[in-house]
Amino acid sequence: MNAHSNTICDCSLKAIDYGVNSDQAMQTLGDHKLPHFFNYPPYFTLQPVRETREKQIQLWKELILDYCRTQKIFIIGLEEDFPLFSNPAIERSLNHEAREAFLSAIVLDGRAEWMDKSHRQCLILWHRIKDWADLILRFVKENGLEDSVMTIEEIRSGIESRGTDIHGMERTVLVRALKTSGKQRKTCNLQGNFNR
Amino acid sequence: MAGNWLLPAETTSSGRPVLQPGEVESSLQPTVDLVNEENPNLPIFKSGLLILTTYRLLWLPNPESTTSAPTSKAVAVPLAAVTHIFQSKKSIKGMFASPRVRFQVSVTPDGRVQERGSKSAVITLVFRGKSDPDSFVGKFYEAWRGRAWVGAVSASSQGESRPVVLGDGGGSSSSDTGFALKMPVVGVSGILRKEQEMWESTDKSLQDAFQDLNALMTKAKDMVILAEKMRQKLLSSSSSSSTQTNATNDEEMSSKEEMQEWLLSVGIISPVTKESAGALYHQQLSRQLADFVKIPLEKAGGIMNLIDIYCLFNRARGTELISPDDLLRACSLWEKFNVPVMLKKFESGVMVIQNKSHSDEEVFSRIRTLVQNPDALQTGISATDAARMLGIAPAMAKEHLLAAESKGFLCRDVSPDGFRFYINIFQDIDPNDLYLVKEYGIYDAWNRAAIASR
Repeated sequence: MNAHSNTICDCSLKAIDYGVNSDQAMQTLGDHKLPHFFNYPPYFTLQPVRETREKQIQLWKELILDYCRTQKIFIIGLEEDFPLFSNPAIERSLNHEAREAFLSAIVLDGRAEWMDKSHRQCLILWHRIKDWADLILRFVKENGLEDSVMTIEEIRSGIESRGTDIHGMERTVLVRALKTSGKQRKTCNLQGNFNR
Repeated sequence: MAGNWLLPAETTSSGRPVLQPGEVESSLQPTVDLVNEENPNLPIFKSGLLILTTYRLLWLPNPESTTSAPTSKAVAVPLAAVTHIFQSKKSIKGMFASPRVRFQVSVTPDGRVQERGSKSAVITLVFRGKSDPDSFVGKFYEAWRGRAWVGAVSASSQGESRPVVLGDGGGSSSSDTGFALKMPVVGVSGILRKEQEMWESTDKSLQDAFQDLNALMTKAKDMVILAEKMRQKLLSSSSSSSTQTNATNDEEMSSKEEMQEWLLSVGIISPVTKESAGALYHQQLSRQLADFVKIPLEKAGGIMNLIDIYCLFNRARGTELISPDDLLRACSLWEKFNVPVMLKKFESGVMVIQNKSHSDEEVFSRIRTLVQNPDALQTGISATDAARMLGIAPAMAKEHLLAAESKGFLCRDVSPDGFRFYINIFQDIDPNDLYLVKEYGIYDAWNRAAIASR
């Protein structure tokens, strides 16, 4: 698998804005609305009591997937600053153990994968690989691109994909989605295009 | 009833005898029968605990056999009523039977044991357990010849004979007979001379007492009296000066109060020792401890650290210190006796002594109200906050908070600011809709407090 470390965390380039929406008194991160409990200090401490921890992990899973989906984030680096993992408003941030625990929980659900054995990077699959393959096929059909040849870069950043989930897609995820649809003999003619 | 030919003896709820002021235990013997030889028809006191004190011979029923109402059956023979102790005869026959000790007491015409009775009776003690009757006889003789009760009688006639087991054992006074043959007190010079004499004698007894520990032990009674006198003096002076109210006086007052506290808790008059109790050491220690912890526990709100108890108990025992291991064994024996206190071990390993009536539920509900006030909703509470608000030690407060956390009432927040606890709002959040705040419940209350503080 190709590791594309240069594409980690596109979001870090965006201006981070912890604004407070005065209408609903709800905090936002960029253009993502954060739930109220994001200001609850214990939310940022890994809870030792099993029942409480399970609930906490569940809430983090939902929030991480939700955030990655809206911000189109595919890779979370555990040692890098991830805006969701700290809340300057209450001066709390997740420690490494907590980050790993929450991401591991997502991995167990099949909605993420560790990219290395030391768990330093996590690939977030807010659509599963199979769903990504379906999305690509639908995109191809909708744009009448059946029987044509496209490079991977064209799919990721071409004009046609603009405005869809596929635009700006993580290369690794795209390649794996194409492999999946290739096995189903839906995109077999693309096989030769990989520069491996 | 024919059984009351002996005097009744009081016991505490944990089964320790209630001693008179100045009375000290000197030997304990398990499984001893007490038989009246004159009249075999009288009920025999079978296999009970025999306690020899400086005043009395106490017989307590075996706690295992009569668990129902052991307090009603304890009996006593005042040593003052003993007229003769027979030397035990060594014979071949005696080697196979249980050892016996016989002594003569004076009794009333109808057979009741009494001091200066017109008739006499012989009582036999049968030692059934593994014990050493020879050394017991030695101690018995010593206590009988010691006539420690003579001083006590004059004290009780003065109306000071509250039965005490511990605390201020003051009571008996021999000092007022000390000046009987002195010069009569006449005029101011007489008063001054008397003051001087008293001062000198006090000084002398202080010096004698602190020469060595043995001397201190023999002087202990005088010291207790002295402490009592000083306390009285402090009490009277503090009440007279209470009309003045200025800052320096307050300071003085508090130091006086402290002094009083020290003097009030002179300690346990008759501590259970390995020497006196022998094999019954831990059992008796356990009972004495149960009686002792009642007062400090009440002051501390029903729960206390084991270490604190260890310090208090050993201080009260004076020179007869016990080891931490002995204390732990004494505490763990409480389960077997019907005592109102218990030893509790927290998950972290911290051990505490608490009243059985002290309930965790009550503490939890108090903690729950604490964390739900608007400030605590917003900033949480630390162990120190909880300690202050519940009026308990911080270490104890932390244990309660951790216990409440493990039950799911609280959540922790570890940050550079410290370790704080918040009310658990996780259970109130719908994982399918992260943005939903129900219009009731803890999450809503927390959210309102959070918005209000912005």
